[in-house]
Amino acid sequence: MKPLLRRFASSPEGVAGALILLLLAFAAVLAPMILPGDPAAIVGRPLLPPFADASFPLGTDQLGRDVLTRLVYGSQASLTVGFSSAVVAIVVGTLVGTVAGLTGGLVDEGLMRVVDAFQIVPGFLLALAFVSVAGPSLAVIVLAIGLGAWTGPARLARAEVLSIRERDYVAAARVVGMHPAEIAFREVLPNALPPVLSLVSVIVAAAVLIEAALSFLGLGDPNSVTWGGMIAEGRNLLRSAPFLSIIPGLGLVSAVVGVYLFGEGLVEGLSIRGRRL
Amino acid sequence: MHRAWRLTKRRLIASIPVLAIVILGTFLLMELAPGDAVDAYLVSLGGGDSGLAEDLRQSYGLDQSALSRLWLYVSSLARLDLGWSIIFNRPILDVVLERLPNTLWLMGSATALAFTLGSLLGIVAGARPGSALDRVLSIGSLTLYAVPGFWLGLVLILVFSVQLRWLPTSGIETIASGKAGIARALDIARHLVLPVASLGFIYLALFLRMMRAGMGEVWRQDFVLAAKAKGLSRWRIVVHHVARNALLPLVTMLGLQAATMLGGSVVIESVFAIPGFGRLAQEAVAGRDAPLLMAVIIVSAVLVIIVNLLVDIAYAWLDPRVGSSEVASK
Repeated sequence: MKPLLRRFASSPEGVAGALILLLLAFAAVLAPMILPGDPAAIVGRPLLPPFADASFPLGTDQLGRDVLTRLVYGSQASLTVGFSSAVVAIVVGTLVGTVAGLTGGLVDEGLMRVVDAFQIVPGFLLALAFVSVAGPSLAVIVLAIGLGAWTGPARLARAEVLSIRERDYVAAARVVGMHPAEIAFREVLPNALPPVLSLVSVIVAAAVLIEAALSFLGLGDPNSVTWGGMIAEGRNLLRSAPFLSIIPGLGLVSAVVGVYLFGEGLVEGLSIRGRRL
Repeated sequence: MHRAWRLTKRRLIASIPVLAIVILGTFLLMELAPGDAVDAYLVSLGGGDSGLAEDLRQSYGLDQSALSRLWLYVSSLARLDLGWSIIFNRPILDVVLERLPNTLWLMGSATALAFTLGSLLGIVAGARPGSALDRVLSIGSLTLYAVPGFWLGLVLILVFSVQLRWLPTSGIETIASGKAGIARALDIARHLVLPVASLGFIYLALFLRMMRAGMGEVWRQDFVLAAKAKGLSRWRIVVHHVARNALLPLVTMLGLQAATMLGGSVVIESVFAIPGFGRLAQEAVAGRDAPLLMAVIIVSAVLVIIVNLLVDIAYAWLDPRVGSSEVASK
């Protein structure tokens, strides 16, 4: 664990990304304490521009709700959906990939065709269809996005498992009579995981962007404030109050940049790049 | 030519089971939805009695078991019948064929922009790794890669349509302009500038980063050292040896990105009010048109298969090593 942290800390991108994400995570977690106001409450005159009134630093929207409060609460939805979808995608993908790689034969063939099928349907379209069928809620959105993102981890895990399966320590485990399931979970999976984890940042970033797009089209969780939803509401006032759509977009960009930079650090920390050189 | 034909045949056969899974999965997903097409149709009519609903279900075969309905659906798909759209009250195939050209133009132009500009800038960045220019391009592309397309679209509208008034805000052409021929083509092109930029910029960043990373790997190869030892100029090494070898993975990426780009066009077409295929998905969801949504998903899968096939053929043509061993073994 220690070399991982040290290597991570030595990559400037990783540290910058970690700082951005920590800031956003703190804002998301501490939102009720720093900004005790209800993000849905009408607190002032509508359409107050940013930097005009000290009590509303980023202004108010068309209903007179505080933009800063909504921006901070919006990071909750984005980060929750982003990271939960990535967990779903990584867990499902790694399991499917490991099973396919270890069993081989018809099971492998069948599973990989399912992976192909999920890969040729646009992930956003799949999420759109799933949410429209199951109804918009945070859990459904997480599942819907995870459903379109597990194929990458599945392919990578399968490829890793196929190569690990032939290594000596796996043969040794077999010789000492270890149960196949035990070999799978104790010998193969832990070694197949690091390369799969390098996909985390790309998946989280894509998930944050898909959630924003879903909310923008009106398919976000109706009970939470989302950046995509804020942009959609501000869109009708693009000419008169452009800050309403621009501010939440900047939130999205900084979150995704943070995720990418963090990912660079993670790749460095897991020394995936080092192994190839 | 033989090789391309054999590749096509093999790929098409391999895609049959995959497409079957997509159709089955889409069908199952729609089974989960509360209510059926008749419910949605009655809502659009403003209501109706249960007798009418009964008759309609019977005439569409909706009163039968799920299995026989699946069979009915697959056999009509085989006849290229995609069903009847509730919101358009027309055959879905007609609507899809009418909308597809707009989306293909949008995606094709966005891909062309992203590929040429992205690989060129990638060559500039990768020519001198670690230089100031390289750093600027790296940070710029990383930021651009994090920008949601629909938001970029709104910002571009704000700058180029609202402030500068250079370009139109929405639509695919000026309505009832009476333009024809070249004037109409130019009008459409003007309408497409902002949507193409919004859709393509994220891929531009992707291609730039891939090209740069690919060149980084090639710089370490022995043949580059040999080229340096021969005393070739740096620019000649960059263009003929490094960039050339780093370009091939980008072609593969072109196929992999087809599906995500199609997904992206759903939102971009909604932002710019372009009557395209992607927007159909959003319209189907908003209008609770399940048959239309199913058709959009299946047609997208077919499109992605076709794009990937074209990319594979192009790849085989660019890299003669691909597929040649299989030909020799036959």
